[in-house]
Amino acid sequence: MRRRRFQTSGPALECVLRDLNQNSDWVEVGRRPLFSPQLKGSFKVASTVVGATPEHHTGGEDPNRRDFIHIAATVAAVGAAGGLAWPFIDQMNPAADTLALASVEFDLSKVETGQQVVIKWRGKPLFIRHRSGKEIASAIKDNHADLRDPQTDEERHKAGKAEWLILIGTCTHLGCVPTFGGGDYGGWFCPCHGSHYDTSGRIRKGPAPKNLAVPEYTFLSDSKVKVG
Amino acid sequence: MSGHSNYEPKSGFEKWLDVRLPIIRLGYDSLVDFPTPKNLNYWYTFGGILAVCLGIQIVTGIILAMHYVAHVDMAFASVEHIMRDVNYGWLVRYMHSNGASMFFLAVYVHMFRGLYYGSYKAPREVLWLLGCVIYMLMIITAFMGYVLPWGQMSFHGAVVITNLIGAIPVIGPAITTWLWGGFAVDDPTLNRFFSLHYLMPFMIAGVVGLHIWALHVPGNNNPAGVDVKSKEDTVPFHPYYTVKDGFAISVFLLMYAAFVFFNPNALGDAVNYVPANPLVTPAHIVPEWYLLPFYAILRAVPDKLMGVIFMGGAIAMLFLLPWLDTSKVRSMRYRPTAKLYFFIFVIVTMILGYCGGQLPDNKIIPGLTTFQVAASDLNSVVWLSRLATAYYFAYFLIILPVLGLTETPLPQPESISEPVLSHSANAPVGAAASPEKRG
Repeated sequence: MRRRRFQTSGPALECVLRDLNQNSDWVEVGRRPLFSPQLKGSFKVASTVVGATPEHHTGGEDPNRRDFIHIAATVAAVGAAGGLAWPFIDQMNPAADTLALASVEFDLSKVETGQQVVIKWRGKPLFIRHRSGKEIASAIKDNHADLRDPQTDEERHKAGKAEWLILIGTCTHLGCVPTFGGGDYGGWFCPCHGSHYDTSGRIRKGPAPKNLAVPEYTFLSDSKVKVG
Repeated sequence: MSGHSNYEPKSGFEKWLDVRLPIIRLGYDSLVDFPTPKNLNYWYTFGGILAVCLGIQIVTGIILAMHYVAHVDMAFASVEHIMRDVNYGWLVRYMHSNGASMFFLAVYVHMFRGLYYGSYKAPREVLWLLGCVIYMLMIITAFMGYVLPWGQMSFHGAVVITNLIGAIPVIGPAITTWLWGGFAVDDPTLNRFFSLHYLMPFMIAGVVGLHIWALHVPGNNNPAGVDVKSKEDTVPFHPYYTVKDGFAISVFLLMYAAFVFFNPNALGDAVNYVPANPLVTPAHIVPEWYLLPFYAILRAVPDKLMGVIFMGGAIAMLFLLPWLDTSKVRSMRYRPTAKLYFFIFVIVTMILGYCGGQLPDNKIIPGLTTFQVAASDLNSVVWLSRLATAYYFAYFLIILPVLGLTETPLPQPESISEPVLSHSANAPVGAAASPEKRG
């Protein structure tokens, strides 16, 4: 646009422009695509209209100082934006006080045989189930049944503590809290989308992909556990 | 927004402003002088109705935010405070909660109208895509808004929906934790949902601006589906459609008011008046009515990841629609076969909505036990959902692409005016004004 206006403005102005082009190449660089050297040909044709081709451009492929400064500035800007993006994204991850949530201790003597107590741990329900001998037996019997997420009952409780089943009480489908004692296998039944868990908390039927998760826990004594 | 302008500034101030910020010109060209097909029916008033819905939601929402507290210990109580103590708080909240339902009701009518009259076809693909973006933003906004009262449905709805993202392999769980800001839906989650719920209506308003811009480039589609050929085919937007839209908005607001004043909880779930308890999931967890069809699709698939993919795919179909429908004929008025499949499609989406509200193992015909297929009785909600889901996808992926190539459409009129004026071609002047002789 600017150039056409100059051309129609008479020879005097064209001279000025030519001088300007020879001394500094601001007109050309401003119009030239940064990363497409093959377009330089057309650029040169355009520049000959005003009759000037700066010396260091005739070589063609060599990047000049202005290319360098463009690339460096772009890289710096992208780097800065990327560097700033991370804090803006990471601020949504769990905060330090959330991460520091203390582990919980629980007195098992409160749970009668055949009962379950639900406590809150890390914002989620935690199932503490005191299994009866019949429930343990049925869990062991199904060790080699057709399981979606194969695990034996021994892998799901501490050695010698088969009566105590401690699990994170969120359905592995979409996180609902399964109801105690429901379903076709007498373990849990998720009311949201119909997942059935057995008395070992293993998924047996329904949409959930995995067994109810076993949290990290240790027995402090025979009647006391520490979760987390 | 496009084309030539007939605006002529009259007063000195208008002339002064017009060369500085031609905003009156923009309004005049878009809302007064805009040439609009003269055959638009009442199905075309829902765009205006939706604009009113968005306005009401933003105004009532800003008011509610003045009284609401986004904290797990206080959110539920603050909503009750709005309902009982804040002056007219009950009115504003009922307007807002029912307004969401009205918004979705209107958007579904608007979408079905677009589907029926082929409003997504060239040159209106971008207009349609922007509409799909608005619809997705509406779903996200409504979901986050529903979490804010922190009732049982709020909480467990949030748990279920955010867990959907966990179905994505490898990175899913990390994204879920990032979204929650913890290891479960908790206070950080509630706070950010409030922030985003406040933001998103303004994003919707922005996309609505683009939507109207994209509308005003090719102009409205119309029930005949043929292009505007001449000035004969159009009338100015004002007064013809300002009045028509205004009347439709009034009728719509009457129905809206009937809900707000006489049955404000009819569309909500009573369980959401129980404060959130992370340790107990309600026996029957359902989303609000407007998301039930997608919920039914999610449950129809017995695999977690595939369920999520199908649910997302159901919305993706809408985005792909302009390129799936191979027919060059826009309006289904002239596509009798497609029309039949379209009405089945409408019924199927309603069946999906019904299924989404039922327990998966509920029987369709009470007391009848048939045989088990894929671990579920054939006479059950889950199988009805599966069949309906199959039709939903078949409509987009098989029926519309194939029909466009095989069907024989009815002859389309030459122009919008032609069906009305054709009978008067050989008749004396004045006969065209006799309505009883029109075709």
